[in-house]
Amino acid sequence: MAKSTRRQQLEAVALYPVDWLEERSGLVGYTKWFLFRKVPHDISWAQTLGAATLTAFIVQAVTGVVLAFYYKPDPASAYASVQNITEEVTLGWLVRGMHKWGASVFIILMFFHMARTFLFGAYKYPRELNWIIGVLLLALGMLEGFTGYLLPWDNTAYWATVVGINLNATAPFAGPFLAQFLQGGLDIGPDTLAKFYALHMLLIPGAIMALIGLHLYLVVRLGVTSPPWSSSSAGRPRPETDGSRQGLIREPGTPASDGGQE
Amino acid sequence: MSEREQHTPPLPAPSLWPIGFAIGIACVLVGLVVSTAALVIGLVVTLVFGGLWVRDLAGKRPPAVAAAPKPAMATEADLNATTDRATFLSLATVGVGGLIGAGVTLPALGFGVLPSFVGDRVETKEVDLGPISNFPEGQYVIATYLEDPDLGEVTRRTAFVRNNGRTEAGEPSFTTIFSRCVHLGCPVQPNGPIDEEARQEVNGVELRPVLAASFGCPCHGGLYDSEGNRNAGPPVRSLDRYEFSIRNGNLILGRLFSVGDVDGTGAKARISKYYRAYPGVHVDGIEKWLYPIPTPGSTS
Ligand code: HEM
Ligand code: FES
Repeated sequence: MAKSTRRQQLEAVALYPVDWLEERSGLVGYTKWFLFRKVPHDISWAQTLGAATLTAFIVQAVTGVVLAFYYKPDPASAYASVQNITEEVTLGWLVRGMHKWGASVFIILMFFHMARTFLFGAYKYPRELNWIIGVLLLALGMLEGFTGYLLPWDNTAYWATVVGINLNATAPFAGPFLAQFLQGGLDIGPDTLAKFYALHMLLIPGAIMALIGLHLYLVVRLGVTSPPWSSSSAGRPRPETDGSRQGLIREPGTPASDGGQE
Repeated sequence: MSEREQHTPPLPAPSLWPIGFAIGIACVLVGLVVSTAALVIGLVVTLVFGGLWVRDLAGKRPPAVAAAPKPAMATEADLNATTDRATFLSLATVGVGGLIGAGVTLPALGFGVLPSFVGDRVETKEVDLGPISNFPEGQYVIATYLEDPDLGEVTRRTAFVRNNGRTEAGEPSFTTIFSRCVHLGCPVQPNGPIDEEARQEVNGVELRPVLAASFGCPCHGGLYDSEGNRNAGPPVRSLDRYEFSIRNGNLILGRLFSVGDVDGTGAKARISKYYRAYPGVHVDGIEKWLYPIPTPGSTS
């Protein structure tokens, strides 16, 4: 008896901060809504590709911030500052390596994740909007790669960016203006580096984070699709179309399930 | 709510208007490139079919949905009748908020975009390559210089200059090729031995004679002959050139221009000259109609 009372007391003490937070913000409830939700019983590792992409993005964000401590986005010192990070700064080689290789991992995982959602038909109703957000994320991810590639400011970086910008310039109508905007003038100059740096570390990551938020909100709201071969979704009768939208709008906070399986 | 209802896509009744709409859009896109008339026709088609489509969708909307929002929101007619305090205040908030938002956003946007388009930050300046006696007749010289020394290394440019002697009319003739590949802008290299011993520097310009039989691009294998005409690979025209002049016995490089192709060699060459265009852009032939806008800022 005494033991269990003591246990209860301890539990209450341990949970007190959580309850305190929940009472004042409701955040605990939202976190539970976000994390503890029903998913189809026959999902597999394939459905973890999105979370893997997210992890890769977080790695990029963290290592990128640390690199920015030591990087100097100015034509006269950019190259030297990258050499300094690689050769002098403690563990700089590691963090730069993580950011450099992680960039490719991020892009590759995005493609794998896209292939998964495509092959599983997960882009279909009602998840079209999440596919569209995904396409924007893909484009922003590639832009992130393009702008980041210039930053080491060596010959590879410089000429790859010349080629990339000129590639843009060949688009009809908008092309030349796009190229001139990216260059910050009639040719690549000192402003180009600072502009790419700002795009690479402020604008594009911000946009990506916002879109990931929306993306995940929709995943939680709509639930994960069961695989095409799933027994629980196979043979579900396609309902008559009466044009009614009723039943489509789910109250926020109610868990979504697809196919009704655990 | 039953499972049935939950998975009902709100399918609109089949309609042919979207097809007309799509044709209109296609016409607009083609018109953008080809002609204004096609653009206008496309716009009209798009708007007409778009309107029909929207009317179709709106007409077939189930009454439950169409009717529902009515009581919640005031229609325009209601607003005109009386504007109560709450409505006025919310409109005022939106209006003032919008003004403040625009006041903050527009200058920032302008500052972000306009400087790239007004004032040439890296303009083509005249470059003095020194006395023409440094250019032996019939041989290419690699001339490397800073276009704008204040802006530094990032404005380093390379020209391939060959003294052709005199034209039939007795004028001095130089072939002045800009090193940027007209595929996508990589630095083209002369194919042939460079005479490093004869290297010299004349007021900041580095000169190195080279036996250039042709020019090759390291990026995607573009190959040009000794006049800059494309021999192989992805480039779409001949290498760009500089206008040049001779002042007090010095060779001066001027404005860059694009070249369709070069007929003949050296002093006898006939060069089809066009406004400077971005790399990858056709300047002659029917393909040039695909690239309606020349490099911004290259008007003259
Ligand atoms: C920054 C990049 C991205 C991140 C962090 C991300 C993250 C996620 C996560 C965690 C999920 C949950 C289900 C799963 O893991 O498969 C998901 C689902 C989904 N994603 Fe992404 N994603 C990204 C890019 C994309 C792209 C490029 C597309 C396609 C163009 C896409 C389309 C979808 C779709 C349609 C779903 C719903 C899948 C389902 O319900 O089964 N996403 N995403
Ligand atoms: S840039 Fe020269 S071949 Fe592509």
